[in-house]
Amino acid sequence: MTSKPLKAVGEEVWKTKIDKVNAELVALTYGSLVAQLCRDFENNYDRVNEQLDKMGYNIGLRLIEDFLARSGIGRCSSFKDTAEVISKVGFKMFLNVVPRVSNWSADGKTFSLYIDDNPLADFVELPPQSENLWYSNIYCGVLRGALEMTQMQVHAEFVSDVLQGHAATEIKVQLLQILKDEIPAAEE
Amino acid sequence: MTMEQEISLGSEPHAMFVSYNAFDLILGELVPQMQEVSQSVYGHTNPARIEQLGWRVGLAIVERFGSTKGDTLEIMKFICKDVWLVLFRKQIDNLKTNHRGVYVLTDTQFRLFQRMSRPTPSETIAMATPYLEFPAGIIRGILEALGVKASVKAETPGFPTVVFHITTMH
Repeated sequence: MTSKPLKAVGEEVWKTKIDKVNAELVALTYGSLVAQLCRDFENNYDRVNEQLDKMGYNIGLRLIEDFLARSGIGRCSSFKDTAEVISKVGFKMFLNVVPRVSNWSADGKTFSLYIDDNPLADFVELPPQSENLWYSNIYCGVLRGALEMTQMQVHAEFVSDVLQGHAATEIKVQLLQILKDEIPAAEE
Repeated sequence: MTMEQEISLGSEPHAMFVSYNAFDLILGELVPQMQEVSQSVYGHTNPARIEQLGWRVGLAIVERFGSTKGDTLEIMKFICKDVWLVLFRKQIDNLKTNHRGVYVLTDTQFRLFQRMSRPTPSETIAMATPYLEFPAGIIRGILEALGVKASVKAETPGFPTVVFHITTMH
């Protein structure tokens, strides 16, 4: 870990090392994809969620390299550290938001990320009867893929989403196991 | 007022920003994902679905960022400069028109090809085609949203160049 506070690291990386693009452009591109997936899967939202997770996983595998190179973040000493890095440096650097880390389990293996200002969900209105749709499920896959590349096997899932009328947007992340140092098999 | 001023892509004072890299990662996954979905839903890849995704994005870009009308050449310039720059971080290299409704846009370093390993000439067409459908759809969507009906055909004469043939209909 670096000695600097993570929040400052995240802000500095965002300010100095990131090529930026209008968030709405990203939101509308992602929204077009979700809309098309809903059509292709005939509103079978479980399959849409699964596909978004898969897409995120592929992105996570690739994103970690860029993350490590730009942030200079080294190995985390604990899963608590990892959570803070994900929020204050990872989310900050890619999406310019810092989700709240909270809701730790007693064993320190499960926490929640609360995303108050979800850039993907800007201007989104879900179709009726889409209670099963986790619109931003790509995040879960990204977390799973990126953490796998750093030897942490996690399960990540949406617990609630303001798009579904819930009070908060919450992703639960659970550490399943620390993988041995080896190259993970690509998932197809 | 020029097209560039009327349709601003992200220069609004209160615009929110994210990392271009996040966008690039999503762009890079769109085509493989759509192909996988087509394969599992329809049993075969379906380039028309990818074109349609691009078309949706094109419509949404105009809906979100502007709804002005210029003449068709102005709209083409807008696509070549502003749209390409914001989407792919470079402009279209060449714009030609016969002034009778046909426009030819050439991008000599098409961004979505960058992640693909360089294929042999015989593989090029098959591999590259789905990747061409997405930007072709974007162009068609933007034109349609700005009141220009057109057919857009994309081809790659050689990696990593893409040529878009746009025929407007009256």
